[in-house]
Amino acid sequence: MTYLEYRVQHVPTGVRKILYLNWPLVVLLTAVAGVGFLMLYSVAGGNLERWAEPQMIRFGAGLALMFAVAMVPIWFWRNMAAVAYAVSIALLVWVELFGHVGMGAQRWINLGFILLQPSEMTKVALVMVLAAYYDWLDLRRTSRPLFVLIPAGLILLPTALVLKQPDLGTALLLMLGGAAVMFAAGVHWLYFAVVVGLGIGAVWVVLASRGQPWQLLEDYQFRRIDTFLDPSSDPLGAGYHITQAKIALGSGGWTGKGFMQGTQSRLNFLPEKHTDFIFTTLAEEFGFVGAFSLLVLYVLIVGFCVAAALTNKDRFASLLTIGIAATFFLYFAVNMAMVMGLAPVVGVPLPLVSYGGSAMIVLMAAFGLVQSAQVHKPR
Amino acid sequence: MRRTPRDTEESFRRVSRRSLLLSGAMAAVAGVLALRMRYMQGERADEFRLLAEENRISIRLIPPARGQIFDRNGVLIAGNEQNYRIVMVREDARDVPAVIARLRELVALDDAELERALREMERRSPFVPVTIADRVSWEALSAVALNAPALPGVAPEVGLSRIYPFGPDMAHVLGYVGPVSDYDLNRLDDPDPLLQIPRFQIGKIGVEARLERLLRGTAGTRRIEVNARGRVLRELDRREGEAGADVQLTIDHRLQNFLLARYGEESAAMVILDVTDGDILAIASGPSFDPNLFVRGISVADYQALMAHDHRPLADKTVQGTYPPGSTFKMLVALAALEAGLVRPDETVTCNGFREVGGRRFHCWSRGHGRVNLHKSLVESCDVYYYEMAQRLGIDAIAAMARRFGLGERFDLPMSGIAEGLVPSVAWKAERRGETWRVGDTLNASIGQGYVLASPLQLAVMTARLATGKAVVPRLVKSINGVEQPVPEFADLGITPNNLRLIRRAMEGVVNEGRGTANGSRILAADKKMAGKTGTSQVRNITAAERARGVVRNDQLPWNRRDHALFVGYAPMDAPRLAAALVVEHGGGGSAAAAPIVRDAILFALYGEIPPLAAYPESQRARIRTMFETLPVLERIRPGSGASRA
Repeated sequence: MTYLEYRVQHVPTGVRKILYLNWPLVVLLTAVAGVGFLMLYSVAGGNLERWAEPQMIRFGAGLALMFAVAMVPIWFWRNMAAVAYAVSIALLVWVELFGHVGMGAQRWINLGFILLQPSEMTKVALVMVLAAYYDWLDLRRTSRPLFVLIPAGLILLPTALVLKQPDLGTALLLMLGGAAVMFAAGVHWLYFAVVVGLGIGAVWVVLASRGQPWQLLEDYQFRRIDTFLDPSSDPLGAGYHITQAKIALGSGGWTGKGFMQGTQSRLNFLPEKHTDFIFTTLAEEFGFVGAFSLLVLYVLIVGFCVAAALTNKDRFASLLTIGIAATFFLYFAVNMAMVMGLAPVVGVPLPLVSYGGSAMIVLMAAFGLVQSAQVHKPR
Repeated sequence: MRRTPRDTEESFRRVSRRSLLLSGAMAAVAGVLALRMRYMQGERADEFRLLAEENRISIRLIPPARGQIFDRNGVLIAGNEQNYRIVMVREDARDVPAVIARLRELVALDDAELERALREMERRSPFVPVTIADRVSWEALSAVALNAPALPGVAPEVGLSRIYPFGPDMAHVLGYVGPVSDYDLNRLDDPDPLLQIPRFQIGKIGVEARLERLLRGTAGTRRIEVNARGRVLRELDRREGEAGADVQLTIDHRLQNFLLARYGEESAAMVILDVTDGDILAIASGPSFDPNLFVRGISVADYQALMAHDHRPLADKTVQGTYPPGSTFKMLVALAALEAGLVRPDETVTCNGFREVGGRRFHCWSRGHGRVNLHKSLVESCDVYYYEMAQRLGIDAIAAMARRFGLGERFDLPMSGIAEGLVPSVAWKAERRGETWRVGDTLNASIGQGYVLASPLQLAVMTARLATGKAVVPRLVKSINGVEQPVPEFADLGITPNNLRLIRRAMEGVVNEGRGTANGSRILAADKKMAGKTGTSQVRNITAAERARGVVRNDQLPWNRRDHALFVGYAPMDAPRLAAALVVEHGGGGSAAAAPIVRDAILFALYGEIPPLAAYPESQRARIRTMFETLPVLERIRPGSGASRA
């Protein structure tokens, strides 16, 4: 391989790899996770054992995993991309058939010590396989229709499986994350324009299907759309969550009500306050200052990743890094937009802050890939 | 795929360009998020802060103590007693059936009530206290408090509930309170938030209902912090409400008590007025009922017994009942004739038992009074004399005089269902019945029969006006919150004093002359002598055939076909202070069934106690003594004893 041929002598080996790690990124990730511990401690009413402690243990495990993944050369991960994708698809099919139903929609695989969510894993595997695909593809063929259809298929297969669970949020993230990789790889922008056009058309068709015999979404999904468009239409029913979330967020003001002083979360007006809606507690207790600071941390993480991608001449490594950065961005952007009433409630956690195992582990592994790309980049 | 260095450079450029574009898009989205944050937490923060407060704080009402009601002497006749109940909190009790089983050993629990409580417990949140026994005795309450450790989740609570210490005596005047119903909410159209409290007591009838706004008071509030499920976390502050106003009535509870006792088994209604200021000293309808039963929620059996009773204990006959006034109406006819100058006082009319008008015979109650002048016509209650007057006057002149004396008028008293009665006229009959007025109608009206209807209250007012010559207006409320209600200066009725004097002389004769119809009910005490007029009103027509066979005596008829007995009177006759009117439903003759009761009542009122036998004619004293000795004295219901269950 060309990559190995002229650059292998510059690649650090052994313990020296640690010096080449992207340490600012590690610090930023730890800072975000720290915000998470603080908020989980707060929403549990000052109880450490309930959510904060398990989350710390998971983050510790995630950190270890990240370092482990970072130590493994990036070309190994490139070779594993197809395998990871195949395993993800297999797991998705497996949960579809034998999965564990929890919270009404999400499907999990019980591994004994952790409830694994294959859809989380799929997000990273999809980015990997697309990056590997474009690494393999002749540059001049990038925008040929046939070679656009292949990655489109790679994206749509898991999206369809996830949509069937049903998990609208993850499906959205898979689509957009995959599209980001394709865009970065240089697929002609006309394809995206056509897809966006078709998407708008499809939205129109889906909305028009309501109440028809061929209705395309579940009733509850339509109700979520209604609620998103006008939460006050049903303040005690479906709109309750978003209305209460907005109240919590807005009432924080500039500096917030103080740590553990948020009335909305303390008095249980907030739904899912330790998972999808944890951002509202942060905004309530620390105000704009706290909420904006977290946003800055997130943007810095994405920024470091983008910078790493821009300085990496390896096609697989840079596409993988940019894809993971985009996926991570989509996580917090969709979550924040959702709790601030800018997007429908689709069930996307706030990355590294929301209580939950799968997302944390998978994200840390993804950042391990980013680190591996950095450590093993051609110098 | 093998790649040349040129390819790698080309790829690097392309990925870099697209990555920068992508970063730009992401930065734009992040900017939108930051702006949204600033908008919500900056511009709209106050609005959301307010909403968060509204979420957090819940306002609970504190029911005010209802105003108390006193009689004219300051004796409590409607008060509030502490009402002990036992409540249970499901989540604290944990094993509800076991706790209830243990509770059962201490307190008698009503099965139906318990079942309702358990259902409510199931429905409400587990931390809401649910009443499982209401109105428990102090002893039962102490037992529960003593065994508190064995009864988790069970707690005693104290509330206020209405009590009427004299029970049936005041039932019709005061009415009663009861828990507010959907019907009340629709009827009252009252925005007071207190009415939304479950089982809040409001006046249903009588003074309690008519003076509801005064008696209720205003709600206090306490602001409490609640969580999303409504659990109370702490009280933030508390603003006490204002208790309802205390009301003093003109009623004398002892006189009222005496009247009801004196009625015995009769269905009777009597009103006693103070003629100087219109104060209603007693207004009693018998038989009565215990209003406390209604406050606690009357049982179906008790309610049906009250409804089925043919003496109609629930009806207030003093103001709701209207009766043909019979001969008590004659004073007004005589006065109308005198005032119109259509008769001289010494002019005589011959009575031979009947008068024929238009081919119909109108009978006198007697077989013939002979030559009858004005005085004798009232003393002996000759009907034929009034048939003559009726023909001279016409109905409209009679009606005008009746109205001046308060008949056909609805007095504005805080009581329920006050009837207007009926003073008929030519126009009334044409309008309401579509018939022309006939002379015979006037003749019937002249002796208080036919269409004429009056309530005992109206008859008492009529008597007071006859006794004073002034437009006496009755009143029931003496003071509110200690502020004496003004007594208006009564206008003169404008009756020629001499004519009024003639009528009073005759009323004195009715009681005090040997041939008077109420001579048996005369009073011997010189300064307490009574004047009055008897009345007997038919509730059926006597046919010619019946009359030929001999009129059936009242006591041979079924109760509800017998005549009503009436008596109106005032005393002392030389300087009138009291005026009274009594109707004994289907009691027979006014002189035998009504006059004696009025005499006893007026004497009781004047003496302020059971009158001495010396006030009565010697021949009657033995009978009167026995009667007073066997008079059932009504027990006062003491707060906390009769009202509790155990």
